[in-house]
Amino acid sequence: MNEDLMPYDPTVDYTGEPAIKEITPDGSKHIPPWKPLNLTRRRFLQGVVCSGIAVSSTAILFTSGTRPARADARAVERLITLNVNGRKRNVDVAPNETLAHTLRYGLNLIGTKVGCNRAECGACAVMADGVSIYSCSTLTHRIKNKSITTIEGIADSDGTLHPVQQAFIDELGPQCGFCTPGQVVTAVSFLKENPNPTVDEARMAMSGNLCRCGAYDHYLKGVMKASEKV
Amino acid sequence: MAYKLIGKDFTPPDLVAKVTGSAKYAGDFRADGMASIKVLGSPMPHAKVKSIDLSKAEAMPGVLATLVPEDVKQPGPAGMAILSSEPAYVGQPIVAIAAENEQLAADALAAIEVELEPLPFCIDPLESLKPDGPNALTGGNVVGRDVEFQEVKWSGKDFALAGEDGLPQGKVPVEWAFGDVDAAFDAAAVVVEETFVHSSNAHHAMEPRSAAAYWENGKCHVWGSTQSTAFAQPGLAKMIGISPAELVFVAEYCGGGFGGKASAYPLMVLPALMSKKMGGRPAMLRVSRAEEYYNGYARAGFQGWGKLGFNKEGRLTAADVFVVQDLGTTTGFWDFNNVGAAISIVFQPESMRFRAIPVLTNTVPKGAQRGPGENQAANMLEPLFDKAARELGIDRVAIRSINAPGEGGKDAKYGAKQGPVTSAYLKEALANGAEQFNWSERSKASGQRNGSKVRGYGVASAYHSAGAAGFDGLVRLSPDGKLHIHTGVGNLGTFSYASTSRVAAEVLGMAWENCIIERGGTTKNLPWNFGQFGSNTSFTMSRTNFAAATDAKNKLLEIAAMELGGAADDYKLENEMVVATADAGKSMSFADCAKKAIDLGGKFSGMEAPEDINPMTAASVAGLAGSGLIGVSKDNMPKTATVPALAAGFIEIDLDLETGKYEILDYLGVADCGVVMHPQGLAAQIRSGAIMGFGLATTERHIYDPEYGRPNAIGLYQAKPKTYLDVPAALQWAAVDLPDEQSPLGSKGIGEPVEGCASAALLCAISDALGGHMFNRTPVVTDMIINAAAGLPQSHKPLQTNCQ
Ligand code: FES
Ligand code: FES
Repeated sequence: MNEDLMPYDPTVDYTGEPAIKEITPDGSKHIPPWKPLNLTRRRFLQGVVCSGIAVSSTAILFTSGTRPARADARAVERLITLNVNGRKRNVDVAPNETLAHTLRYGLNLIGTKVGCNRAECGACAVMADGVSIYSCSTLTHRIKNKSITTIEGIADSDGTLHPVQQAFIDELGPQCGFCTPGQVVTAVSFLKENPNPTVDEARMAMSGNLCRCGAYDHYLKGVMKASEKV
Repeated sequence: MAYKLIGKDFTPPDLVAKVTGSAKYAGDFRADGMASIKVLGSPMPHAKVKSIDLSKAEAMPGVLATLVPEDVKQPGPAGMAILSSEPAYVGQPIVAIAAENEQLAADALAAIEVELEPLPFCIDPLESLKPDGPNALTGGNVVGRDVEFQEVKWSGKDFALAGEDGLPQGKVPVEWAFGDVDAAFDAAAVVVEETFVHSSNAHHAMEPRSAAAYWENGKCHVWGSTQSTAFAQPGLAKMIGISPAELVFVAEYCGGGFGGKASAYPLMVLPALMSKKMGGRPAMLRVSRAEEYYNGYARAGFQGWGKLGFNKEGRLTAADVFVVQDLGTTTGFWDFNNVGAAISIVFQPESMRFRAIPVLTNTVPKGAQRGPGENQAANMLEPLFDKAARELGIDRVAIRSINAPGEGGKDAKYGAKQGPVTSAYLKEALANGAEQFNWSERSKASGQRNGSKVRGYGVASAYHSAGAAGFDGLVRLSPDGKLHIHTGVGNLGTFSYASTSRVAAEVLGMAWENCIIERGGTTKNLPWNFGQFGSNTSFTMSRTNFAAATDAKNKLLEIAAMELGGAADDYKLENEMVVATADAGKSMSFADCAKKAIDLGGKFSGMEAPEDINPMTAASVAGLAGSGLIGVSKDNMPKTATVPALAAGFIEIDLDLETGKYEILDYLGVADCGVVMHPQGLAAQIRSGAIMGFGLATTERHIYDPEYGRPNAIGLYQAKPKTYLDVPAALQWAAVDLPDEQSPLGSKGIGEPVEGCASAALLCAISDALGGHMFNRTPVVTDMIINAAAGLPQSHKPLQTNCQ
């Protein structure tokens, strides 16, 4: 099996010893024992990329918010060519780097958003060979042979909006707009697959995209309206 | 009155950027040499930092700078520290480190050695109030708006009297009353009384609050994520330790806030401080979802008790309510005050007693979340109304209608002081809604069985104040005839920054295509505006834009009179021209007036400005001076009463007694928001507010491990906001659409109560499907429904909180 694809092993403590030392005060009734958290984002990535020496010069990581683990990364060919929005782009990619990261920090395609960085929200959705994927949970090296479409590649090159984008405007889909790129990408990919959906099919297809503003109703109307035009 | 723009749909100018991905949120800005900041959060719920050893970390390659608590200004007791040496919840920032990139920063963070001395902690406010209970902060457990930081312990007797499942009612710092409550209870036909719990829940805006900063030529530049632009600026400058004039603040887009990004906040300050330490080098703090949980605030939870007395007609003659607010670790927000205020206006009790105590716990800091206090009040109290209605044999819409303020707010009273309101049409909202929903016919199906499913109906109301006064408006007619509307209100996603800008266009009769909204940062010469929170924008900003446009209008008329003869009031505005009323041939275009204003100088071109405007506005006027006709004014229009936003929600559900799942079959939200400015925007608020409310009612809650004080509902999949599949594909909306007299075009805000009426209606519907079962807890989660349906006891104690 390709080592890049080795699964995360929850029984392995990838972090080693906690660096924080406890001091027990006299007479205190509540002494919280400190234990490392079981699963952090980085440990997940380390489970995927289990050893190595190179440290990315561009790495941007997420951690649990309390304490990150030691970084490890495997030495592989880092300079790759990605096909993004119909253009070939050369980019330096660390082995443990996610596609969301490569897009946002390597290629400065900031339209792709990161809301959770762990496959919970869909803000990072892009298309790989036309299929909507979570770019935050896809290693760039894994999809380097696919053709990637980000939100920046949805409208025509002359600026004409895609019917989904126009319909989202007409139906006032976005509120804060942070989930919108992901909603657009998922809707476009879905309508390619199913140009004449029922509302329920559309709802199903969109259900991997959270909207904290709760604009589902309006987005859904947008998807249905766009389906008349694609 | 018919308007050209107000009440019509339009395309807000930032929508294209939102659907094409070109909208720049704080984390999307880049600068050469931008360093990465990472923050070390506390692994313990409460501890004292004994020592911090940075030597290993600082020796690592690529590490640029560090910040420890001593490097930053520490707030007063129960303030929110940027970095703390007494972290009081898991995740609270202690040390920050900047490095060439985020990987290096993370590596360096792992090499920091921090010695922590664990301190007592508490995650249940009632525990903290026990005679020997732990304090969440050293030296105290109670604080709040107008409540000093102090230690409050209730006696063993207080607890004993309440019994195991009752709410102890010890001494409280907040207490008010009106009317003779005891006599009213004695005379009441029906009295209902319950204890209840409302959980805390995370805001979890979709955009984590990343921020970046750099220093250049003595000025600090910050990119931040906030609901408010102008209003956030002075506070941010203060936290950085500079004067507002030294701060360039850019906040073009805000990826959701819901109160959690109301203004400036400590995490936004960190990059500025770190950059300063690095000689001005740009630095970005990219915030993760978990860090957003730790630092992004949460709605305050409550433990409480309520007793309501009704006469036989269903009029609420007495209300007695006691609430204990869970503050988290900081002074937080005054949700507790808002609970009392909301009850007073939504139900108009003839007599009322209100007691409250805000208590600190070692959970994340609480902040205002959409309808802070008001929406919890709806969720806690509305089910009691249903109980009373059942006992009185009165319809559930009727009992609300009997007590609701209506007829424009005539006789309506607000708050402890029973003051007046500017307008209130809740009775009308309930009536319109009941008719449109066909409540009286439809609700007859309540309790109908279909296999394992039971039909349930719910109705509820909610309130939030909806407007402020005294801020400034600023518009500019440029020599090309365009109207530039400068707005500092922020871009939360309600599009009210745009709909209220249209007020200026309406006053001047401008075609919307010829208007440009100037917004997004202090570089845009912003007037001093209130923040985009508290459902106030549609009132407050309508007034400021009205005031500025009226000033521009007067100047246009004056210029025409000067140029063409006669007096200003011989002229009127028509099709972007100033035209003599008596002679249509005598006219001047707005563009020519703008050119003339530049020639005239003085007040016309902003060379002089009114004396009563805020220094921020004055600086902006100076920045624009000489570039066109300037309309600028402070909103000095009278505002003599509380402005209420009111809403009513109607819901139909099927509840599956075997799975505990419910399906929303239909929902209708009705708003009293004065004159409707932007129907599509209002529809979006009513529907999406309802969706957020459904989450509040049934899935979203904080969970802490009581033994270790660790949070267990951090991620989105644990915090459980609603998804596409949890809500109906379409939700209904309506509006009373009657004007508020103190808003120049009649509009007032609405964003918050449209959530509370929906969440409370859903709670009432679930209860209805179960034959009036009282859960007395928000959210009502699936296992609670299964237990109730099966007649089994719940797995939680009645007043248990944060760890259910
Ligand atoms: S950021 Fe990828 S799913 Fe949330
Ligand atoms: S529009 Fe704000 S999260 Fe969807």
